Amino acid sequence: MLELYDGALEAPEILTRWYNTYKEENYGAFINFVGIVRDEDGIQGLSFDVYEPILNSWFDKWQKKAKSQNALLLMAHSRGDVLNHQSSYISAVLSPKRRTALEMIDEFVEDFKAKAPIWKYDIIKGKRVYAKDRSTPLPNSGLLGK
Amino acid sequence: MAIVEFLGPINRESMEIDIANLSELKEVFKDDQDIQGWLETSAIAVNDELVSHLNIPLLSQDKISFLPPVCGG
Repeated sequence: MLELYDGALEAPEILTRWYNTYKEENYGAFINFVGIVRDEDGIQGLSFDVYEPILNSWFDKWQKKAKSQNALLLMAHSRGDVLNHQSSYISAVLSPKRRTALEMIDEFVEDFKAKAPIWKYDIIKGKRVYAKDRSTPLPNSGLLGK
Repeated sequence: MAIVEFLGPINRESMEIDIANLSELKEVFKDDQDIQGWLETSAIAVNDELVSHLNIPLLSQDKISFLPPVCGG
């Protein structure tokens, strides 16, 4: 399940709702990762653009992989502005055994950082500045530059 | 006419373009200084599928997307 929100995530509500929704599904492990915007380099927060069609297909591939291991993936992400100390990203894996979920959350979050079509901007003096130095080119980037 | 859209921080309106093959985009943008820097780092999608080569014929109303480097989370 993939959820997108305008602005900051209500992390306690999302995590509690996910927990209550799935606690009786006989998953023995519920591992989650919550991203919180840090106050650093004078930023007021972060801002995000999301391209949903490719994000959805990327997530669907991961969900198929999770289901092949009897696991379930959940993810929430923000669009637009998220201020310092608010949450912009939550992902979670439920699985019958803890090892599957622990390993998958690591692999999933790393792949998310490298391949999810989301663009991050620092909010500096109220303006959005593309976080170019912290961004990663997608696979097969630069085809038109060669 | 195919439609070209520029995602994320590439600050440019979508455009319609009459080309038969993805590789022809190189010619289209060869003198466009604003877009040149993005060509080196952007991935290309046709109809929301990322592509790994340029030898792709285009049909009318195909959607070509430029995806610059990403950073979610």
